Amino acid sequence: MIKNISNLGDAALYCDFGTEVNKEINRNVINYFNNLRDSNFLGITNITPSYNKLVISFDLKLTSFAKLKKQVENLELKKNNNSKNNLIKIPVCCAEEFALDIKRLQKLLKINEAKIYETFFSKNYYCYMTGFIAGMPFLGDMDKSLFAKRLETPRVKVPKNSIGITEQFCNIYTFESPGGWNIIGNTPVDIFDNKKNTEPNLINPGDTISFYPISKLEYEKKYE
Amino acid sequence: MKKNMNKNYFEVLRPGINSTFQDNGRNNFYHIGIPFSGAMDNRNFLLANTISNNEINNPVLEFAYQGPKLKYIGENISINVTGDVNFKIIRKNKNLEFSCYENIILENNDCLDILSTNRSVYGYLSIGGTFEVDYYLNSCSTNTKAKIGANSGEKLEKGQIIHLKYIKKILPKNKIEYLNSKIENIRIIKGPHFDYFSKDAIDSFLSDEFNVTKLSDRMGIRLKGPKISNIKNTNIKSEGLVKGVIQITADGDPIIMLSDHGTIGGYPKIGVVISADYDKLVQIPPGSKIKFREINLKDAETIFKLYEMETQNLISNFK
Repeated sequence: MIKNISNLGDAALYCDFGTEVNKEINRNVINYFNNLRDSNFLGITNITPSYNKLVISFDLKLTSFAKLKKQVENLELKKNNNSKNNLIKIPVCCAEEFALDIKRLQKLLKINEAKIYETFFSKNYYCYMTGFIAGMPFLGDMDKSLFAKRLETPRVKVPKNSIGITEQFCNIYTFESPGGWNIIGNTPVDIFDNKKNTEPNLINPGDTISFYPISKLEYEKKYE
Repeated sequence: MKKNMNKNYFEVLRPGINSTFQDNGRNNFYHIGIPFSGAMDNRNFLLANTISNNEINNPVLEFAYQGPKLKYIGENISINVTGDVNFKIIRKNKNLEFSCYENIILENNDCLDILSTNRSVYGYLSIGGTFEVDYYLNSCSTNTKAKIGANSGEKLEKGQIIHLKYIKKILPKNKIEYLNSKIENIRIIKGPHFDYFSKDAIDSFLSDEFNVTKLSDRMGIRLKGPKISNIKNTNIKSEGLVKGVIQITADGDPIIMLSDHGTIGGYPKIGVVISADYDKLVQIPPGSKIKFREINLKDAETIFKLYEMETQNLISNFK
């Protein structure tokens, strides 16, 4: 449940669901997000779910903090709006040229490459949020044995479609971008398709992701 | 490009530094990482379309610092430039001077040279008619990071042709009397992480000057000044941002999120610029000094109402 609603500037609500990061809290955030999307409250311009916060921005010409806060507080939640949450399978190629940080991880985690991948591919991951850059999913939770710090110096350019891990999370770089996560592979699937005019993003908050390994040959085939 | 295009067009002789097509922006895609975008200075965008007698959300060409140099081929067309902009029209080897906020007639073979924005950043070119642009998720606004919107998500490039969808009859001569006022004091509202900073740091944040650095663009303004020291944690769990949010980086420098900002961020938010000051904030060029002043939500709402009334008056007085 929302613990507190405060204002983020004069044109946004900052809904606080707590300080921890776990699925239960995040499911709550996403449940509010889905319900608010269906609510059609006047003036809402954007709703941004994250691990444990929900930011609702609005058009100050149409509504105000006080008005919208009251509406959100009185929102009747339709429980378990899970129909919108999918299981998505993502192929990953771990060839040397894509696994930019696998050597660093072996040293850092003191486990060998095969074990790192076995552990990584054995779990399903939950999408807490998408964003920062278009379509980028923030997924968790990693097995504890794979918790690794970010790179000390972030890369200026992480290749598009790289799979990165850090601490309890993994993500997919939907565009070439700067970034400091440990890169372990690359997917031939476009997570964000800027040609698609409806639902350009493959992964949404609340979805479950399972990664599976593919060879270089399969990778190249999929790219064609 | 499409074949059955209107025969009038602009040729880009010089693209300018950051020239993009913009409209009101796109709503409701923050949750998939797509920011609002849209014209940075919303008032000057609205005035541009008002003078052209266009729909209020018609695409305009936004430019920053140095604008484009465009050659026009076609029937006479009304255009106008808004902002604080130095530009001229070259007609048969003669330089013709005009001012911003007035209807100008562009003739076949005229060259519109948008030289610079004066002690400001953004300016707008609007035409009586419509540029032929691509729409993506209900907006033509170009976002060069996600490569979406008009012009395949790219800035203008040298040599390209800007096609026009249609042009209107020449508009009667008319002008808005408007002066872009500048501000140095940016009014803010306390952010959710105000208490992450020491009392000294907050005093310094609200009384010292900050320099607007060159690392400023449509995504954000980076400031340099006294370091704002953090007493809790220099990182937070990433969460939603809105335009105008001031984050303090791990180095203690403030960054202000602007219209193309990343949708989530992991630095503490010390404050948020009030909506009424946003149009003027984006116009502050690198090298300037700014100060922050804290006000409460109620005052911010009142100031916005007045700002909005002023904009509406400018628009309705013109019509």
